Amino acid sequence: MDRLSHEKIPIWRDERVLKAAAQIISSLIVLGFIFWGIGNFLEITQQRGMALSYEFLNEAAGFPIKESFIPYDSTMSFGRAVLVGLINTLMVSAWGILFATLLGFLIGLMRLSTNWLISRIALAYIEFHRNIPLLVLLFLWYFGVFTQLPSVKDSITLPGPMYINQRGFYLTWPQLSETGALFGISLVAGILLAIITWVVLRRIREDKGKETYFGRVSLAVLILLPLIGWFAAGGAPLRFDVPVLQGFNFQGGLHLTTEFSALMIGLAMYTAAFIAEVFRAGILAVQKGQIEAARAVGLHYSQILMLIIIPQAMRVIIPPMISQYLNLTKNSSLALAIGYQELFAIGKVTINQAGRAVPVFMLIMAVYLAISLLTSIILNIYNKRVQFIER
Amino acid sequence: MMTALTEGKSPPAPPGALEWIRKNLFSTWYNSLLTILGATLVYFTLVSVLTWSIKTADWRPVTVAPLLYMVGQYPREELWRVGLSMLLITFLVGMSWGVWKQYVRAFAIFLGILLGFLAVFPLETTTITLPIRAVMLANSFLIYLGYRIGRLRSVHGRHVAILWLFAMLLIPLVLLPGFADSTLLPAVPTTVWGGLLITLLLSVGGIVLSFPIGVLLALGRRSSLPVVKLFSILFIEVVRGVPLVTILFMFSIILALFLPSESRIDRVIRALMGTVFFSAAYTAENVRGGLQAIPPGQVEAAKALGLKNFHITSFIVLPQALRLVIPTLVGQFISLFKDTTLVYIVGINDLLGMGNAVLNLNPQFVRLQMEVYLFIAVIFWIFSYFMSYASLQLEKAMGVGER
Repeated sequence: MDRLSHEKIPIWRDERVLKAAAQIISSLIVLGFIFWGIGNFLEITQQRGMALSYEFLNEAAGFPIKESFIPYDSTMSFGRAVLVGLINTLMVSAWGILFATLLGFLIGLMRLSTNWLISRIALAYIEFHRNIPLLVLLFLWYFGVFTQLPSVKDSITLPGPMYINQRGFYLTWPQLSETGALFGISLVAGILLAIITWVVLRRIREDKGKETYFGRVSLAVLILLPLIGWFAAGGAPLRFDVPVLQGFNFQGGLHLTTEFSALMIGLAMYTAAFIAEVFRAGILAVQKGQIEAARAVGLHYSQILMLIIIPQAMRVIIPPMISQYLNLTKNSSLALAIGYQELFAIGKVTINQAGRAVPVFMLIMAVYLAISLLTSIILNIYNKRVQFIER
Repeated sequence: MMTALTEGKSPPAPPGALEWIRKNLFSTWYNSLLTILGATLVYFTLVSVLTWSIKTADWRPVTVAPLLYMVGQYPREELWRVGLSMLLITFLVGMSWGVWKQYVRAFAIFLGILLGFLAVFPLETTTITLPIRAVMLANSFLIYLGYRIGRLRSVHGRHVAILWLFAMLLIPLVLLPGFADSTLLPAVPTTVWGGLLITLLLSVGGIVLSFPIGVLLALGRRSSLPVVKLFSILFIEVVRGVPLVTILFMFSIILALFLPSESRIDRVIRALMGTVFFSAAYTAENVRGGLQAIPPGQVEAAKALGLKNFHITSFIVLPQALRLVIPTLVGQFISLFKDTTLVYIVGINDLLGMGNAVLNLNPQFVRLQMEVYLFIAVIFWIFSYFMSYASLQLEKAMGVGER
């Protein structure tokens, strides 16, 4: 026995040695592969005289961008162009996420309906969108619908007025007038104050157990403050910017291009089908007993919904919802195929113009990674707060 | 005793049609309102879709070149190779139906009827010759033949699986590309492959190749070796953080810069590599979910029995974990199948690319995009629907979520 325990374990069976060896070998393989690639790359760049630097970002881009939310023209730098692309990506994703969430909740609710027909309509919507590729859906919207709209002269007119034609949507859009500053300030103040009132009064009720009517009070604040601002401003603080046909095009109003609209609608409708399923699964995950128990202690329907169903369903809904939002953002890169110039499309033009494939490409990948990581960090923090504390 | 039973209350009659309608469509006033609104919506949608597709729509871009959608520019004199591949596949679909029953049944029957229907479908084009129609019809019969053989008691699932593997190696590596100096199978470069052929090759190849890599990555992510774990996490998170288009571009443009300057990789292979790369990261995360669900007692028990780590993983942990995540994996494979359309963006003529090629074929087709893309959407829809149907059957059979 004594002899056995003192006998040295041979090296090839010593677990510590084996583990260390496995790690060294695997890292040698991976790193070797990477260095081999980099070596090849440096050789090629030397042959073609391409320096690996980001200095070109300051050079003039020299290509126009069709739509931009910040001032841009082709004399500005490549860096500016990439920034325009990033903002375009974020804009289309933000609007897409908003509409996808609203539509997804609506479809999910319809799917849960006890009405057979309504539930089937929602199912048909979900099955249609889940089983076709997003790119085909985008093509259907862009080439099948938007490019076949009437010309500017024969625009479809909807009440508003709102005009739809080959160049996109022209919407009547409210704008702050000269006297609108006061109203704007009071609106922001009202929203902030309402949130503060809500949080404070709610905490007081939780601590003291006394009814503070936090919902009603903060709603009153939310309505009253902007209302005061509206009248104090004197004259209408909002002016409606109406699109008018001048010559060959509409002037004024809010203009959404066909590319933006097709991409946004396609992304929103596609993602809504997935969000509907996420939403449905979340609601169904709340056990029946919970609702029955809530009814038994005398809560009425809105209380059951607000206090029992939604908080519990949210725990199930949030994690898959995060990944749906991220999917939508990443999928916005398909804009390339229908000509909306977001981050990836502009990256591609930049590669063609500046001839620096690798730096541009690394920049684009890094931006997407940053968006993904940031979103998931923020939402994961929120997720941790609503999750069940397991004992 | 008998009389006592019959004299008692009779059991409630099964609800009649009227009762069902009242309960499910008109239970309350707002439900009645919703039903009426919904019915109106459905009615007008159906009427307008039907009138459009029969009267307004011009289906010529679809009917004029069906072969382009199926195989792209694959040389017409070498078409028998595609036909042979199809016969092999339909036979195996039939055998799978015989062996795995309800998972494949709906798809096999549908495929058989569809191919039989296509065989006799009247088209105004001369490209669909009599031999092609004969092959289509033969496919239908082969499905049935395969089914009868698959039902034989001596045929097992593993036999069919081995045959599938064999076909998957034979078709894309030997039968379709051919050899440079062969008279029987002259080489057909992948530049002329296209249509549904490319779509299916990329998706099946992507699924088959990404699966083992994904499993390895999942194991790597849970490994006790920090370096292996770090590499796995880095790979998975970076790939999942960027869009598929960027990965495809990386392989189609950037990869060449990192390889020795004289090497050339076929562009379809590059697209396949991108798809595998992307899919492996997602497979890894799904498999990891299954691995986490295996109670630690399983591993401890196996260790107590004296099994080696390798055996614990391959005989105890993985089989259980993979079974748990089959439905998720099928879902992921469906999205991989749909995502293969993105290779069109890097210039490969898959089904979608062929659709665009047909649109450019004739100036008269310039405003017929709706018809072409709807046709393509329907093809994708059919495949995806049957995959998710099979997954649903599988879920029911395994009782996932009930245990």
